[in-house]
Amino acid sequence: MRAKDLRSVPMAPSLQPAEDDPIVVAEQRARIDAIIAAHSKKQGSTMLILNEIQAQIGHVSKPMQNYIADKLHIPLKDVYGIVTFYSFFTMKPRGKHRVAFCLGTACYVSGAEMLIEKTQQILGVKLGDTTPDRKFTIEACRCIGACSQAPAVMVDDNVHGRNTPDKMVAVLRKYEKV
Amino acid sequence: MPTEFYRSHILLCNDAECLAKGAQEIEDALVAALDANGLRDEVNVLETSRLGHCATGPEMVVYPEGITYIHLTPDAVTEIVNEHLLKGRIVKKYQFTGEARKDEELRAPAAKEMRIIMARCGVIDPDNIEEYIAEDGYAALAKCLTELTPRQVIDTVLKSGLRGRGGAGFPAGKKWEFAADQKTDTKFVICNADEGDPGAFMNRRVLEGDPHAVLEGMLIAGYAIGAHQGYIYCRAEYPIAVRTIRIAIRQAREFGFLGKNILDRGFDFDVELRIGAGAFVCGEETALMASIEGKRGEPRPRPPFPAVAGLWGKPTIINNVETLANIRNIINRGPEWFASIGNEKNKGTKTFTLAGDVVRTGLIEVPLGITLGEVVFDVAGGIKHGKKFKAIQTGGPMGGCIPEQFLETPIDYENLAALGSIMGSGGLVVMDEDTCMVDIARFFMDFTQDESCGKCVPCRIGTRRILEILERICAGEGEESDIERLEQLSKSIVAGSLCGLGQGAPNPVITTLKYFRAEYEAHIKDKKCPAKVCKKLITYRILDTCPGCMVCARNCPSKAITGERQKVHWINPDLCESCGICMSVCKFDAIVVE
Repeated sequence: MRAKDLRSVPMAPSLQPAEDDPIVVAEQRARIDAIIAAHSKKQGSTMLILNEIQAQIGHVSKPMQNYIADKLHIPLKDVYGIVTFYSFFTMKPRGKHRVAFCLGTACYVSGAEMLIEKTQQILGVKLGDTTPDRKFTIEACRCIGACSQAPAVMVDDNVHGRNTPDKMVAVLRKYEKV
Repeated sequence: MPTEFYRSHILLCNDAECLAKGAQEIEDALVAALDANGLRDEVNVLETSRLGHCATGPEMVVYPEGITYIHLTPDAVTEIVNEHLLKGRIVKKYQFTGEARKDEELRAPAAKEMRIIMARCGVIDPDNIEEYIAEDGYAALAKCLTELTPRQVIDTVLKSGLRGRGGAGFPAGKKWEFAADQKTDTKFVICNADEGDPGAFMNRRVLEGDPHAVLEGMLIAGYAIGAHQGYIYCRAEYPIAVRTIRIAIRQAREFGFLGKNILDRGFDFDVELRIGAGAFVCGEETALMASIEGKRGEPRPRPPFPAVAGLWGKPTIINNVETLANIRNIINRGPEWFASIGNEKNKGTKTFTLAGDVVRTGLIEVPLGITLGEVVFDVAGGIKHGKKFKAIQTGGPMGGCIPEQFLETPIDYENLAALGSIMGSGGLVVMDEDTCMVDIARFFMDFTQDESCGKCVPCRIGTRRILEILERICAGEGEESDIERLEQLSKSIVAGSLCGLGQGAPNPVITTLKYFRAEYEAHIKDKKCPAKVCKKLITYRILDTCPGCMVCARNCPSKAITGERQKVHWINPDLCESCGICMSVCKFDAIVVE
């Protein structure tokens, strides 16, 4: 099949962008285009672009991956391979606040699991999920290096240290309003 | 900014720990109070990393008096501005009156610690290159460019005996020599700042507190091997370090330490920052290079070594943050000075992070060759709450657990390896008698099986199988043959894996099996967890002393606790998931674990 004929092949359903996909929303698409334009000339640009998009848009959906691959003239499998390899990339939109429980050794030993149980109870969602109102996404993360503050929880870019299940309620309440 | 324009300088600790305790609020309150009193132009507020009292919470130092204030709150800061800065009266109730700050940083007894790499962390403003220059910054670079040939630089590093601080301990000078011998125009210097070991954060502190020392090390390395481009690969979990590096690179360019024709000596070198995306394996050098190239971070076989064919196929040296931070001292103070620290094969100092059940956790810097026991009891102040020492885990998830009988072992590359552990990047986790070693092995296996990149079958599947067996043992479903199976699997994974992750992954299992076999046997044969950690093997019970305050019942996530106010409560064993929350919230010690 020649390149021209390939265009007539229908797009896989999972690559069809949903109505609210960032590549459909004009403002977000412009941001994506700007990110690609800023980095595409550099060596090893794929990671740079994906990192920026994850940071600014919040996730990298399959249609977005397809779009990026197209723009960079690389196979979709390369983009998909990177997105699935690194834990910082997500394919689903996250909640407004990311609550990440540090599961480094020190935090684990000082009871990070209790915090997770308590938070799951409060928010009613399991680790890795987002609350239905899209306020919170709860995740486990790798050591954030605040070991003497164990157990530590990172909400967005803020570190909350020496947590207890009780304190978790207060921490979450603080972000619920914002 | 010239110092004489300000009446006072305030250094505000802004590292992760103080941020965790609300350093941002403190800074906002401080700025607001200064504004309110019209002192904004007279007082300079600087964010620094670690000032040394992190355990005492948000803290700041007011110069020129050098007064350290601790336990800060927004109200306290307002009071300090009103009293100290406006009226010149020291606010005694927040003043730190312990030992002088310097001694505190060196921690007691001072003789056993030695701060060389960490010397400037928390002392200078990392965001101001001039403060670094005032501390002989970039003098080593100037010396290299004007007085030494690249070959002489390599000889100096070789002579110092500096070994790679990233874990394997390969002589840094040898690595440089290999790369310098390659005849090609394009070479690279990479700084490995992908400090992924749980419990380790010394590199973060160096990058946050003294980023120019790392840049200077990279520049000297570039000059020595003939490279013109460097990369810093930093992990995404360190937003503050990323910010500091960005500022440092920008300022170094402005001052002409990076770019073309550095110091008019015709040497070109620039540095770019690349950020990881949460993959532990990228700390392995070949995986790290793949990641910079914008690919999946999968390791590849060596040889060819990166020094021959590395980033984009070009000769590349990859050094750890701490290795590079050592270089300026070696050039400035001479290789003989460096070689005079440490023991026969291990020269210089090493930074470690102490975590776990010791009195003083945090960062330390000690000469190599100090014993494990000296670190645990003399530097870290022994075990918390008067409990008993059980094991020390060195080297992160690829390291091993070392029991009490080896506390006399010197900390160096060879001796730790002989015990089945590794030096690693420098995480030390101390565990007390309440730690279950099977659970610890399971914890590390959970980590490695998750972080295995999947390229080598023994690592990908073997770690998974080990984890399953350990989970079974922790759940009280272990079989007698499991121990032998674990040993067998461990051997195969070590033998059949390409990179350090796979080769080291079974270390926690191998060492705990070797030194704490009885605990495995207790789990398997008696279905008991001696440390009372493994959930399926313990039960929580409420004693008759329970006053019926209902706190535990309210906090129980599985609603297993019933009881009326002022009457003894009861835990329903069928509903209880042994999470331990009830015990942690009980103020009357009326809940026991059995």
